[in-house]
Amino acid sequence: MGSGNRTIEVELSTTGMDSQGRPQRIPLVTNDGGSPLDIAAPLSAEPELSGDHMLINIGPQHPATHGVLRLVLELDGETVVRCIPHVGYLHCGFEKIGEYRQYNQIIPWTDREDYLNSIGNNVAFALGAERLFGIDITPRCTVLRVIAAELSRMASHLVWLGTFCIDIGAFTPFLWAFQERENIYNLLESWVGARLTTSATRVGGMAADIPSGWMDGLRQFIRNFPQTLDEIDRMLTRNAIWVGRITGIGVMTAEEAINWGLSGPMLRASGVDYDVRKDFPYLDYETYDFDVPVGTNGDVYDRFLVRMEELRQSVKILTQAAERLPDGPVNIDDPRIILPPKSKATSEMESMIHHFKQVMEGPRPPIGEAYVAVESPKGEKGYYMVSDGTSKPARWRIRPPSFINLAAIPKMVEGHLLSDVIAINASIDIVMGEIDR
Amino acid sequence: MTDKTQIVTTGRALANALTPVTPRNIAHRGGEPNPSAAAIGEHFLGYVVRSEVIWGETTVYVTRASVFEVMQWLHDDPTQQYDFLSDITAVESRDFEQPIEVVWHLRSLPFRRFLRVKVQLEKNAPLEVSSVWSIWKSADWMERECYDMFGIRFKGHPDLRRILMWEQYKEGFPLRKDFPLRGRFSRAEQLRQALAQNPEAKYSMEELSIADAFEDLPSEMRQRLRKGERTGE
Repeated sequence: MGSGNRTIEVELSTTGMDSQGRPQRIPLVTNDGGSPLDIAAPLSAEPELSGDHMLINIGPQHPATHGVLRLVLELDGETVVRCIPHVGYLHCGFEKIGEYRQYNQIIPWTDREDYLNSIGNNVAFALGAERLFGIDITPRCTVLRVIAAELSRMASHLVWLGTFCIDIGAFTPFLWAFQERENIYNLLESWVGARLTTSATRVGGMAADIPSGWMDGLRQFIRNFPQTLDEIDRMLTRNAIWVGRITGIGVMTAEEAINWGLSGPMLRASGVDYDVRKDFPYLDYETYDFDVPVGTNGDVYDRFLVRMEELRQSVKILTQAAERLPDGPVNIDDPRIILPPKSKATSEMESMIHHFKQVMEGPRPPIGEAYVAVESPKGEKGYYMVSDGTSKPARWRIRPPSFINLAAIPKMVEGHLLSDVIAINASIDIVMGEIDR
Repeated sequence: MTDKTQIVTTGRALANALTPVTPRNIAHRGGEPNPSAAAIGEHFLGYVVRSEVIWGETTVYVTRASVFEVMQWLHDDPTQQYDFLSDITAVESRDFEQPIEVVWHLRSLPFRRFLRVKVQLEKNAPLEVSSVWSIWKSADWMERECYDMFGIRFKGHPDLRRILMWEQYKEGFPLRKDFPLRGRFSRAEQLRQALAQNPEAKYSMEELSIADAFEDLPSEMRQRLRKGERTGE
């Protein structure tokens, strides 16, 4: 062997303790002729690390931050002392753009903020605009929108469930959850033609009625989905590793949760039964028989349980909506707001004028303002619109539930371990598109 | 293990709260006002400028000086209990003569009430209003966003800095009506500024100081920071 090929052998042995009670270093033994003492560092050289804080950066490009969230953490050993979140990497000024668009033209922008709940946002925006126009939608449209909103809630919760599992370290439920989400997206695709960016609603109605046979697909989904959910439930809910990993971390008490403005499953896990569907109902939600799951501890495990139960309740709502779907028109009968059918617009003078006026000028709501909130999968999602009588809103504001839920993350992670930061962040269910807008 | 979630059907709301139903046929103006609007006027003489009901939602305009007092009362008083702050935002009219409005959307979960409180800020005076951070912690990021987008300063906010735009952003406040849709600077200037930024300046001065990480930086960078170069997002 040439002297250039230096090999190092580590002698494996049981370590002893030194006088200070620390494990003794194993000296490295080299066979290149040098003395082992030349390499082995003296024990006293080990730096004293206690009390020394460390600055660590997570993100903005990190798989566990669910988008481009950046967290700057101050660590004492493995314990988080302080957390400073940075957001805004996806900011594209939706609210500013909305001031330059007619009401129906804003609907595609609502797809792209909380993109996991796009059809739910379409419904929410349309409800807000209809309040501003003073419209009451048709009974069929109401039920169709309930179906859309609940499907979208399930799709969003399934993405949350899958990615949450991956963050914690379970891979199988991710595949099952995404398979079911695929079924939901197939249903949406056959209804509105798009999977993710649906743009399904219009002010005063929907872009399209459901195609024939669509309800059979929905019923089949409702029949099959609970089995998958039960499987995931059996795998996780009473799994000792799962429970041990996520119990008792990120706790928010009920008072804190209300004061920090948390909403949706985050708030309900803390024991506050505020659900916009129950407390400030819209789309006739008060006539559906469903329950609001509420946690007791406000920790990550309770948020998991609440969202799992919400999936079941959504199935319950969908079943009732599928039973009661009435026949009749989807869109309201008002040519100033709803576009006439293309065949009429090309053959009748009146319809052509309405078509032209709507496309070129857009419907104009009276002067006024409206704040309409719905229960999105993330929490209370509000659209606040101010009209100055023109066809474009003077101000369009999104009340982003993820943004306000995320604001509490410094409070939730402080004092926890670095690995818990990932679990707590995943439990908030953030979508950066909605936070940055 | 026992089942930890309980299923509840009834609201947390008090017995005398409204029974919630989906609103229908809402009148444009002159609907049933929220009783809290009149209560503020009775409790604080001269604080309410006016109140109105639009599309069934009550709006109370209060004077700028009284914001904090009114909010504290709305939050604490047992007959009001506005414990949930839904939103803080601002509205600027397309008419430049009109004042900027700061809007608070409040919810009372026990009474199931919704109230909009507004303050009008004249444009010829500094855009300042009291922060409600000490009443509702959720105001923290909402007020930061409102400052970031409109330049409204919330007095008493512990950490009022930009949130969606970065700290060195020099073009102004994006949601103001005098701000052009594509930004105030030309694309060339925006690109020049982006390229001129120091990509290593990842942390703010505050972050560097908390963990003694400042001392670990290269000496050249430390000098620049000491001279006052601003860093961070």
